[in-house]
Amino acid sequence: MLVEYIPLLIIFLLAFFVALVVQGLGAGFGPRRPTERKGQPYESGMVPYGPGTRRISVRYYLVAVLFILFDIEAIFILPWAVVYRDLGVSGLVLMIVFIFILEAAFVYAWKKGALEWE
Amino acid sequence: MIIEWSVKALVIILTLTAGFAYTTLYERKLLARMQVRIGPNRAGPAGLLQPIADAVKLIFKEELIPAKADRFIFILAPIITVIPALIITAVVPWGRSITLFGREIPLYLADVNVGVLYIMAITSISVYGITLAGWSSNNKYATLGGVRATAQMISYELALGFAMIAPVMMASSMRMIDIVEGQKTMWYAVLQPVAFVIYFAASLAEINRAPFDMPEAEQELVAGYHTEYSSMKFATFFMAEYIKMIAIAMIGSSLFLGGYLGPFVDQVPILGPIYLAIKVVAWLFVTIWIRATLPRIRYDRLMQLGWKVLFPVALLNVLVTAIVVVLIG
Repeated sequence: MLVEYIPLLIIFLLAFFVALVVQGLGAGFGPRRPTERKGQPYESGMVPYGPGTRRISVRYYLVAVLFILFDIEAIFILPWAVVYRDLGVSGLVLMIVFIFILEAAFVYAWKKGALEWE
Repeated sequence: MIIEWSVKALVIILTLTAGFAYTTLYERKLLARMQVRIGPNRAGPAGLLQPIADAVKLIFKEELIPAKADRFIFILAPIITVIPALIITAVVPWGRSITLFGREIPLYLADVNVGVLYIMAITSISVYGITLAGWSSNNKYATLGGVRATAQMISYELALGFAMIAPVMMASSMRMIDIVEGQKTMWYAVLQPVAFVIYFAASLAEINRAPFDMPEAEQELVAGYHTEYSSMKFATFFMAEYIKMIAIAMIGSSLFLGGYLGPFVDQVPILGPIYLAIKVVAWLFVTIWIRATLPRIRYDRLMQLGWKVLFPVALLNVLVTAIVVVLIG
């Protein structure tokens, strides 16, 4: 059973190795002459001012929270999508109720303006 | 067994890397033709050595790390971005079995029974690399590009996930081989046109391609999350982006366009990878064609399209499919 996953481990290790080699090529062959000017953040040629990382708008956090909510919904639907033919009408009704409850939350978020982007 | 798996894993990674190099050339040539130019034609015959020239140039460039950047995360971010791109197609079958050196060799690496779930899980990981790259650069453009990319990718991942549920429902299996074999009589793109269109649109946003290339909007964000990256670190992000493009095309072809299936594939199984390659090249052609044709859409419209159109329609499509299949049979 778990033996099916060994190839995935192998390709992961190989991909990790390839990623490290690619990084090593750049570090090994490229010149390295850092100066103070080169170390400054790029701001289209202007003298940089203020901190580089500022506070991020709260809207992005809202999107992340909504994403988690509905992504978990997708994970619950996926196993049902495999066996829904065997579960028949009762499984279908249960899933419709489940989706309906979650979509009520979606409609609420929509009406509250959580999906608007100014 | 271990040797066979290692060889197959190596073949997949080498194919993707070579595919990446030549997708860049393919894109530049096609864009040039669509804009009535010739495109790169100096390095090698018809410009065929251009990707190698680019790689050599990037290797010998200086690698800069901004003085105030978070060094560890800055170095780690490209690695986190490229690994998922390389391993995502491990579950996509290239064909049935062929006989080579007197041995029966199946043309797929991993036949896991959670194939579609694996794809959804691995796609999500590359978002971390992009977020961390934007944040660790300590650059205003990079930070903005990073959060924009993150918000866009997670928003469209929902629609993408629900669009991928439709073929799973048709085949009653998450195993990629079952899904491909289920399309023997009819492609799922025909049976599930809504899911196919949503998959195509959402996948363009997921890989940050035009018209959804907001995170890299040159006019406002320079280069987005990889503004501060140079030399091979930049090449790593570039590689991740193009390999993801190929991966999305491979997955989409397998889920909706019959994957390795085609005429005479029953008699000659070696045709399988060729059919898959043809479908992938056609898919990439449409992707590049769209880049040459459509302007970038505004960021608020982009988020609204994802949340208010694609996501509800994809969910409704899943429900309608279930009702039709359960009640009518």
